[in-house]
Amino acid sequence: MTTAIAASAREAGDPQLTPPRRGGRRRGWMPYVLLLPGLLWLTLFFIVPLVQLGSASLQSQWPGAPGYYYRDVNGANYLDALSAYGVHFLRSLAFAGMATVLCFAIAFPLAYAMAFKAGRWRNVMLILVVAPFFTSFILRTIAWRQILADEGPLARTLNALHLLPGGHITETWVAVVAGLTYNFLPFMVLPIYTSLERADPRLLEAGRDLYADRLTTLRTVTIPLAAPGILAGTLLTFIPAAGDYVNAELLGSDTSTKMVGNVINSQFFTVLGGYPTAAALSISLMVLILVLVLGYVRRFGTEEVL
Amino acid sequence: MTRARSWVSDHIAMIIAVAVLVYLFLPVLYTFVFSFNNYRRSNIEWVSDGSPTLKHWANPCGAPGVCPALVESIKIGAIATLVATALGTLIAFALVRYVFRGRSSTNVLVFLPMATPEVVLGASLLTIFIQGFRMDLGFWTVVIAHIMFCISFVVVTVKARLQSLDPRLEEAASDLYANPTTTFLRITFPLALPGIVAAALLSFSLSFDDFIITNFVSGNETTFPKFVYVSYTRGIPAQANVIGFSMFLIAVLCVIAAQVIGSRRRGVAA
Repeated sequence: MTTAIAASAREAGDPQLTPPRRGGRRRGWMPYVLLLPGLLWLTLFFIVPLVQLGSASLQSQWPGAPGYYYRDVNGANYLDALSAYGVHFLRSLAFAGMATVLCFAIAFPLAYAMAFKAGRWRNVMLILVVAPFFTSFILRTIAWRQILADEGPLARTLNALHLLPGGHITETWVAVVAGLTYNFLPFMVLPIYTSLERADPRLLEAGRDLYADRLTTLRTVTIPLAAPGILAGTLLTFIPAAGDYVNAELLGSDTSTKMVGNVINSQFFTVLGGYPTAAALSISLMVLILVLVLGYVRRFGTEEVL
Repeated sequence: MTRARSWVSDHIAMIIAVAVLVYLFLPVLYTFVFSFNNYRRSNIEWVSDGSPTLKHWANPCGAPGVCPALVESIKIGAIATLVATALGTLIAFALVRYVFRGRSSTNVLVFLPMATPEVVLGASLLTIFIQGFRMDLGFWTVVIAHIMFCISFVVVTVKARLQSLDPRLEEAASDLYANPTTTFLRITFPLALPGIVAAALLSFSLSFDDFIITNFVSGNETTFPKFVYVSYTRGIPAQANVIGFSMFLIAVLCVIAAQVIGSRRRGVAA
């Protein structure tokens, strides 16, 4: 592999073969050699599995032999899966949407403060944002279960003040959305921070001079400057949140907060004969997310997001 | 009164930022505190009798299964990081340094795994391992899966670094009659290295903390996150908190060390 890189450098650096030109060079087979191992891996373990999953989603079960399937084009799997679990789909989209909006509301002031107000504390704050995520994601979610539990400080205080309708935080959708928000927050903070950090602070000053009031400056200068980061951040938050099942499993209840990820997981592992249903749900989830992402990027995006 | 109000409005972003940081650290603090809990069956409620205790810190492998799971996670993380960093770096070099047919489809292929929810990746890998490749689930299927989802993150990270390099540095080297190998070894590679190291660290932390995909393709193999998840219903031992918090400490110390070394080097250069 080192020889491959060295060879590419040799080719790239040869002044006779390549005129000194910025950007890429158009040269024969070398890029394909560099790409081959990685793209082979992605093809074998990403594309091929997806195709197999697609074919599994159309398989039929042998009559009288649950758990045994034959190749088929059984589109009814999709109709059955979506009519039985459509509500879980909607719930996943709603929870992920709420978590994304909350993440933005929390992340934007933090990223703004880091980029423009933190001064020499900037790097320290950056470390502090990333640091909690080195504690295992499962451990932190379980810690949230303890914090939000009925015996925990928050629920007890709210109950004492009679501010908690129903009396619980865990086992409700509020806990699931809170968990999703917490777990994917850095994916929102970091891209917004990167966009703002690149921005020229004098633009903000000019905005303040021109518009005088802060909200107008925020709306017309700061948010447009952060737009690429906001776009990347919302995608990086929404996609994993929509497919998550751990938060719903650990913080939610058995029935009313299950997301589509929970259904896929349990159909695969615990329901005999649930295989084609789980595959159909997975494919539907992927297609739905791709359509949403493409629409969103087309509406708001620049190419550089990809 | 007005002075207090104007102080608040001047510092509102910073006040919110500090509150958010406290919020981010709250569960870490819980994990830390409960590592000193003299728990009975399940480490969910604080036992005032005998707590705080240092006994779990003195014997982090004391609970059955914790340390073997940790070792598996480290092994998987190390192999996945090594392979994914190599494969991803090669792709990044090809994408930044060459114009070729199929470049934009390569970009799409690299982007897609990041836009696919983990359940879908896990479900599709499980399907291909069972129905297609007929592999036994275990250590190697987990490694294969982790390499797959790390590659895209490596490509993105290394690509960003390569794009930010000034091409004139390499041109200057070849103008000064450095041969292409020397130019690569002395100029290109050292300049790309911070990006490659960042990509490797990112890969390791993604692999080490992955649960959803791992749970689909691991069979009887138990990684650290899977151990914690599976023992949740029976009661998580406080040793898991000790290990979880130690990983946090190690990572923070590494980041701080990197920052200090980086700023010192910059100081010397200036």
